[in-house]
Amino acid sequence: MAREDDKVEAMEIDGEHQQAATTAVLDGFNADYLRIYYGKLFPYGDFFKWLSYGNDGKHPGCDQSYVGRREFSFTLENDIYLRFQSFDSVAEMESSIKEKCPFKIDIGPVYSVDPAKRHAYAQSGNNVFVPVERELIFDIDISDYDDVRYCCSGADVCMDCWPLMTIAIKILDASLRDDFGFNHILWVYSGRRGVHCWVCDSRARRLNNEQRAAIADYFRVYKGGENTMKKVSLTGAVLHPFLARSYTDVLKGFFEDKLLISQQLFASEERYQKIIDLIPDENVASELHDKWQGNRRSSISKEDANATRWEQLKSTLQSGKHKVLRRCIEEIVFSYTYPRLDMEVSKHMNHLLKAPFCIHPKTGRVCVPIDPDNCDDFDPMTVPTLSQLLGELNAADLHTDSENDWERTSLDKSVRYFRTSFLQPLLKACKEEIESSYNAKLQQSKNSLTW
Amino acid sequence: MEIVRSHRQLAAAGGGGGGWAGGLPTYRVAPQLEVRLEEFELFAIDRLRVLKGIADGLSRGKRPEEMEKLVKELWKAHMRHQDPAETLNKDIISHFVLRLVYCRTEELRKWFLSMETTLFRYRFRLESPESQRMLMSEFQLPYKALPHSEFEAVKEKLSQVSRTIGQSATVESVFFKVPFEEVPDLVASRRVFLSKGYAYVAMSQVVSLVVTQFRCNISKALVLTNRKWTATMKEQEKDRLTPIVEALSNAYFGPDYSQPKDAVEISLKDIDQLAKTSFPLCMRHMLEKLRENHHLKHGGRMQFGLFLKGAGLKLEDALAFWRAEFSQKVGSERFDKEYAYSIRHNYGKEGKRTDYTPYSCQKIISATPGVGDHHGCPYRHFGEENLRAALNKMGISGHPLDDIMDKVKNRHYQLACTMTFEAAHGVSCDTGINHPNQYFSESQKVLKAKNQAVQSQATT
Repeated sequence: MAREDDKVEAMEIDGEHQQAATTAVLDGFNADYLRIYYGKLFPYGDFFKWLSYGNDGKHPGCDQSYVGRREFSFTLENDIYLRFQSFDSVAEMESSIKEKCPFKIDIGPVYSVDPAKRHAYAQSGNNVFVPVERELIFDIDISDYDDVRYCCSGADVCMDCWPLMTIAIKILDASLRDDFGFNHILWVYSGRRGVHCWVCDSRARRLNNEQRAAIADYFRVYKGGENTMKKVSLTGAVLHPFLARSYTDVLKGFFEDKLLISQQLFASEERYQKIIDLIPDENVASELHDKWQGNRRSSISKEDANATRWEQLKSTLQSGKHKVLRRCIEEIVFSYTYPRLDMEVSKHMNHLLKAPFCIHPKTGRVCVPIDPDNCDDFDPMTVPTLSQLLGELNAADLHTDSENDWERTSLDKSVRYFRTSFLQPLLKACKEEIESSYNAKLQQSKNSLTW
Repeated sequence: MEIVRSHRQLAAAGGGGGGWAGGLPTYRVAPQLEVRLEEFELFAIDRLRVLKGIADGLSRGKRPEEMEKLVKELWKAHMRHQDPAETLNKDIISHFVLRLVYCRTEELRKWFLSMETTLFRYRFRLESPESQRMLMSEFQLPYKALPHSEFEAVKEKLSQVSRTIGQSATVESVFFKVPFEEVPDLVASRRVFLSKGYAYVAMSQVVSLVVTQFRCNISKALVLTNRKWTATMKEQEKDRLTPIVEALSNAYFGPDYSQPKDAVEISLKDIDQLAKTSFPLCMRHMLEKLRENHHLKHGGRMQFGLFLKGAGLKLEDALAFWRAEFSQKVGSERFDKEYAYSIRHNYGKEGKRTDYTPYSCQKIISATPGVGDHHGCPYRHFGEENLRAALNKMGISGHPLDDIMDKVKNRHYQLACTMTFEAAHGVSCDTGINHPNQYFSESQKVLKAKNQAVQSQATT
């Protein structure tokens, strides 16, 4: 511990020379920086309040064992996995994180018994160690969109392809609220190449695996592995209200106004051929191909080519006699823009997911919450990095009276959003539920007594 | 249920049918009736024929209408009796006997639950509306039909949904508004309108509500039966029922290939050669992709890894095999950290230490591969062009190829695989392929026989 104190002290001395200090913190990620982050910035209080779901209160209806049955998993610097960690109090969690300084913290389900003591229970046989609650979670990775983006590939992202994630947030968030009736939804930047979603309503936490799989399937449009050409196939005379709404409210406009140009979808033969391949009628396909190949050398600029060719494709398909062809326009738009979920993550209660406010070791960026109502403004390139935060901490006036250190850094905005827009409404709902279910139970036992 | 050697009484006549409305029992309570030992076994075998037929139908990817027809035929062929009371008796007895047979492991319970639920679903669909309503009340489903005013408010959306599933735009008039959790199958296939957490279920869809309830009851009952069986019955019945029960599950389920048969072993260096001669297409494809990308996603690692285990690849070799590929992409350190665990897990060396069973064709066919996945059944999940190319690569072309593609079009994926086996080996395969490890061992058998023939020819 002495070592840690030295370091903190050293930082404060740096703070005296503000200008030098901001530049003194080198870019990048390392264990020493992380230790300071966990020492001064990680929002333990709000984090633990969230996972307690109101059970840390004084009300007799609170389940005091609740939060202690939650699994945390740490990945340490030397790639050692510590699974089945559990904490009864925020102090216990804080000191464990500070001591172990995990490069990654994952959150697992709430089990029937304290996961740290699972072996003791295992002796009694009869599978008492089972997951009983878990947020409904979604994981979307930009790397799953590699066949429809030409600007980046793999883990890289830029502002030309990031909007695909924004679209995913919009589509899922609207449906989770309007169709499924969920209210407490947390979107989090995964730190590098995607987004995570935590649906925290008590109803969502209690879903069984079959119900989780059903929701994931409801959202699934993109089908078929690597060996089918056409991955989206929309059948039926009309689209389901959810898909129709997604198409008209979000996907269509995004495809035509943004993606078409930003990804230059029709700019080369290779690219437009991929779209033509989605047309089930060979005559129409070859007609379009010939037309575009012919005017390759004409004077229209590339921007024009994308919009013009899309319009040509649409009018050709719309004039077709077959319904299938008209439906094909929608299929193309869905293929290029509709969210692609990692299904396995959502289907099972016991899947681990990285906690919000972790630091991604590769990028050094904080896994900050994303406000779905303003997700268009979110830019992953401006998310605070570990070194940036430490620089800000050094530069800030030490004598300002702030309760928490993060208030003096750009993490402030994220913690504030987490607290006011997500945590407070969630805890209010939890409290009401705890009270009403307690009263119901009381009523029940009273009834049985008077009998 | 009393089991005696001779006379018995009729459940239906006794009125203790375990809860039934019309012809379809809900199996809530074990009936108080006597059963002859011979019938105990015979009835169970007949019901198994039905369940097995259903399993086959599902693995072919049959559509609901086709399944309905299939269930009707299977039931008629194996379970019908001239006397309806007799039929009902047999129905109930056979169900409860199979509960005993299939309660004993997780895997068995899962299979039985899934097949019984499917059977119930299609039988329910065949019932008259009155008897459907009786069953709803039997399950004590608390839902009331949607009041007219509320119905009018969402009518347009309901019609939109019914048109997506190929029904006419004129909406049925009776709907139930239920929590979406109650109808996961309808949610998964987007066959209901959802609003604020409620699913609007049409009268023609109430089967989903009833089935959810049915499934839940049977699932709980199976766990209880298992507890009772292990605690008392198994020992008490060790001379009488236990042998029958054990024979019933073994006789019908076939080998599960979790342990390689006859201590066959395959070694690391032989894998590529064996793949060429004896792996089914799904496994050849995954090996190829693994060699190409030095990576396979979770679904692929499970399907292919367990297959290799079943074919006789030892744990140490399996670790070496996967490490050799994955380390090229993610480094051996990350391999040891992130992937080795799950391989040991598959061999029952980690976690709950179950020795996992290689996937059967049925399971593989019903998989839903997504972006970047290579698992699943090529006959079902490949596009036509890709499948043709893959089969060409195996040296299959011309007539046999067209025949195979024809089977695929009719969704007879296992038959397509069987025909591929026949074309590749030049022999007929009467049993049909229903497990990739069976494909492998049959192929090895054929090749060995051919080798011996060649050798004996050379010596004479």
